[in-house]
Amino acid sequence: MTTSTADLATGASRPADPAAEARDERLRRVSLIARLMRRPELGAVAGLVLVTVFFGLTANPAMFTLAGVMTVLSPAAQLGILAIAAALLMIGGEFDLSIGSMIAFSGLVFGALIVVGDLPLLAAIVATFVFAGLMGAVNGQIVIRTRLPSFIVTLAFLFILRGLSLVGLKWATGGSTQLRGIGDKAGQGVVRELFSGQALEGLFAWLAQANWIAKFPNGTPTVTGVPVGVLWFLAIAALATYVLLRTRFGNWIFAAGGDPNAARNSGVPVNMVKTTLFVLTACAATLVAILTVLDAGSTDARRGFQKEFEAIIAAVIGGCLLTGGYGSAIGAFFGAIIFGMVSIGLTYTSFDSDWFQVFLGGMLLLAVLFNNFIRRKATGER
Amino acid sequence: MTTAPEQAPLIEVRDIVKHFGSVIALSGVSLKVSAGEVLCLLGDNGAGKSTLIKTLSGCHKPSSGEFLVEGRPVAFSSPRDALDAGIATVYQDLAMIPLMSITRNFFMGREPIRGFGPLKWIDFDLAHAVTRDEMHRIGIDIRDPHQAVGTLSGGERQCVAIARAVYFGAKVLILDEPTSALGVAQTSMVLKYINLVRAKGLGVIFITHNVRHAYAVGDRFTVLNRGKTLGTYAKAGIAMDELQNLMAGGKELQAVSEELGGTV
Repeated sequence: MTTSTADLATGASRPADPAAEARDERLRRVSLIARLMRRPELGAVAGLVLVTVFFGLTANPAMFTLAGVMTVLSPAAQLGILAIAAALLMIGGEFDLSIGSMIAFSGLVFGALIVVGDLPLLAAIVATFVFAGLMGAVNGQIVIRTRLPSFIVTLAFLFILRGLSLVGLKWATGGSTQLRGIGDKAGQGVVRELFSGQALEGLFAWLAQANWIAKFPNGTPTVTGVPVGVLWFLAIAALATYVLLRTRFGNWIFAAGGDPNAARNSGVPVNMVKTTLFVLTACAATLVAILTVLDAGSTDARRGFQKEFEAIIAAVIGGCLLTGGYGSAIGAFFGAIIFGMVSIGLTYTSFDSDWFQVFLGGMLLLAVLFNNFIRRKATGER
Repeated sequence: MTTAPEQAPLIEVRDIVKHFGSVIALSGVSLKVSAGEVLCLLGDNGAGKSTLIKTLSGCHKPSSGEFLVEGRPVAFSSPRDALDAGIATVYQDLAMIPLMSITRNFFMGREPIRGFGPLKWIDFDLAHAVTRDEMHRIGIDIRDPHQAVGTLSGGERQCVAIARAVYFGAKVLILDEPTSALGVAQTSMVLKYINLVRAKGLGVIFITHNVRHAYAVGDRFTVLNRGKTLGTYAKAGIAMDELQNLMAGGKELQAVSEELGGTV
């Protein structure tokens, strides 16, 4: 047994042994319920079921048609892209309160590069992402080097970036807080289609022809496609879940958030992991900025206002602990969908949509209580 | 490994001195540990045990003195270096993350990976099998390698940490007070495991301030006091109460012990 170190790296260690061991009769099967209870996203799934049942009973049935689902998914996707990045960062043990302001600031940089800088769309997108990545790295390095709580450092950037967005907008427009004309100057083409409008239009036309989905009398489907943001949302959720649960980097995220010292002692590059996560949240904010700016054709200083809180709420509903080291990306995905369902769904009911914030606060409180309970169960903490 | 003389101890330090500014934490410590041997490092609080361990495990650089691993002088600049040289330290705070599964903890920082390109995945089939297998060897019947480390008892956690170090090829294990927070049954579980590790031919440095635990598994005993080695004794050459007195600085404790009817 003392020789197995080197073998392990090559994945060639002790071939026959594990298989025999796996059938050891003393290892009783773990019950399905126990295994479910161990999943951090259980609360979010339960919440989604609850919310769906609630709206199923109270809302106009139009909410559950294809068109209704798309109206719910659009805002859910924008929030979800942020929430998934915020969830990974929270599992890694840090917060980023600057992502809302980062949306406004990235929107400004992107808009100014196109309108003032006359850059082609692709170049502007790449430049904006590089810039955002640098901002994220700065956030991360300040947190790591000063060992200050990321809560405070990124709170400072919440104001700095929001203020800079205002200043920059007035500079770029000569006094206004709204920069127009981005949509026209961005032009059309493949790159534009990746970041704005709808996708899968051919599929939807075909589905309508085959009578699978609702269509107008002239044969065009009532829903012509999926907003590209929704596809980004799905792709990012799948990728983040894979990285978190199946890769080495994912294990390092859990370790860095669970106990940075223990992780360092075991050889995990904690600082690199945390910096990467800050870069990712900044890039997620930028993606949302580009998606929304191209759809609206303009950008303004209020873009992304309070999105940092909504993203963190969605992540917490998705099972992330505020203390780090525990949570899930797919949970944040469901959290964002709950968010979208409640914000849009209330307009389909007879309730005043002012109830939204009450509902939201209630969900958050319930989620935190539930997560706490589940965590104690899962870890046998007393 | 091939160039080292046959009988060279795994670790040998001579007259190690460590200053922190004006504070002298270690003022001339010498010890050695060979393969298949348990060296107990005894000392009361403030004797310099922690500084010595951190020096041996690469966290601190000694201010002066010799540090030989298998007969060759070394100068570690990080815990990683010490680990690469086969010196693994199991810290008191365990270096385990309670919310993570046993498997994830076992392979933390050294995950076995498969696949190509940027999205290599962890080979969880192998990782779970190895974890279950290793736990089985030391007599811990884990129901499920997915279960969080937080659900294990303190003794089991210590054993997982030791098993991890052994699995990843440690030649010398430094155990920092592994029994100090444990109950009787759990302590005997850890002591039994230390015995097992010695039988495998590893060198063990067992730090404790409990003479009873030290005497149960130790081959030799090095006593530290005020940053200096008071001496090293073979098990045959010293009785348990002598060791106890030596560690506590002799006379005063003896007086207290007599006052309390010999129960200290």
